[in-house]
Amino acid sequence: MTVTPHAVEAFDLDAAWALAPQVAIRPEPFGALAYHFGTRRLSFLKTPTLRSLVESLAAYPSGRAACLAVGIASEELPQYARSLSVLAGTSMIIRRETP
Amino acid sequence: MSVAVAPARLVDHFEAGLDAPICLTWELTYACNLACVHCLSSSGRRDPRELSTEECKSIIDELQRMQVFYVNIGGGEPTVRRDFWEVLDYATAHDVGVKFSTNGSRITPAIAERLAAADYVDVQISLDGASAEVNDRVRGAGSYATAIRAMERMHASGFRGFKVSVVMTRENVSQLDAFKAIADRFEAQLRITRLRPSGRGADVWAELHPTQQQQGELYQWLLAHGEGVLTGDSLFHLSAYGQSLPGLNLCGAGRVVCLIDPVGDVYACPFAIHDAFLAGNVRAPGGFAKVWRESELFTQLRRPQSPGVCGSCTHYDSCRGGCMAAKFFTGLPLDGPDPECVLGHGEHALAVRHGSTLPRPQADHSRRRPPDRACDEDPVTVFLRVSAPSRAS
Repeated sequence: MTVTPHAVEAFDLDAAWALAPQVAIRPEPFGALAYHFGTRRLSFLKTPTLRSLVESLAAYPSGRAACLAVGIASEELPQYARSLSVLAGTSMIIRRETP
Repeated sequence: MSVAVAPARLVDHFEAGLDAPICLTWELTYACNLACVHCLSSSGRRDPRELSTEECKSIIDELQRMQVFYVNIGGGEPTVRRDFWEVLDYATAHDVGVKFSTNGSRITPAIAERLAAADYVDVQISLDGASAEVNDRVRGAGSYATAIRAMERMHASGFRGFKVSVVMTRENVSQLDAFKAIADRFEAQLRITRLRPSGRGADVWAELHPTQQQQGELYQWLLAHGEGVLTGDSLFHLSAYGQSLPGLNLCGAGRVVCLIDPVGDVYACPFAIHDAFLAGNVRAPGGFAKVWRESELFTQLRRPQSPGVCGSCTHYDSCRGGCMAAKFFTGLPLDGPDPECVLGHGEHALAVRHGSTLPRPQADHSRRRPPDRACDEDPVTVFLRVSAPSRAS
């Protein structure tokens, strides 16, 4: 089953996020492949930084803190927030209840 | 879907090949209870050398190590293998998701229930006409009813989003809306792919491939339906009409995809069962990974390819020269236009191609059926049979 991506909404960088449990990441020179075994959807993470960010989400109290930790500059935040928003819209990353 | 942060050209990475395929096609058997006229793998009879259950499991172990997240299992009709469900369960238990293609003949209500309950499994039911008349001419008498019955059972079991898989032909392009209605009726997803002159398809391609006008209709229809209709990235030659279709829009053969056939031979793609595209066999030392990473053929395919005469065409960046297998089996040079080039360069190339013999698809497992009429029988065979000495004497 393929999930139609929701419209890219404003991403809540201050919420706590994590990679969905059914998602596996395969590192590649350009970034990574991300595969969701439940939705059977494949995504391409187009930069190594985005891969690090996605893998780091669970370790930080907020999306913003994870972005800072992997070295994303403040002027780059909007574009990474957009990428995270697409990933959230396809259930690749999910909100964590607790920070 | 891709998530863009920097304007990196993912296509360049893919054309240079990855350490492991993104996904691959794995045909489990050449046995099939149908005899579709366009069968890409000329299936019918089982091959005695087909991989054993243990060999299949060892390939799955390897795919798990390589992080190949999913395989497209086909055939032949894969469900006729006695160990089909065992192989399927082994794959999904080892982080290799499965989508399998079937003609639906073995989808009983109980099997449908089982599939609906299984995570990591997707099902693709083949249908090449939105009416029995059109479908059965290609897939054989009764095959439409069989496929629809399977879809009814899948739907009744609660399986949502299985695929209805259609090969586009001259006879069914006009049925696109009807195919979509069938998929919608069963809460399934429509997937349409390109007819290739591969396998038995080589014999019917000239009469069955869509006309130039139909290609335009197909393109417009796809644009109107967007990502809701899947194409397996097989119709990227249509992108030369203008706007790119969803998908990678490149030939991934030997670069990001490949085929493992029932006897373990690894080909660049499922439509290229011919020695010219044979990279190796999984039974050789080093297994599949060594073939993928080191074979001469795949290494060569990952080098920059010459666009040939297409280099001067302003649309080359869209269509990338089209489909390698389509060119090969129609006798066209690989560094030239696709036979179905939407600008008409392929038709011209076909008209002026050299040589009278086309490369024949190999590994033919078509069933030898009794001849319809006595005069269809090979006269040499008849002669031998008549003149053979009787052993009983």
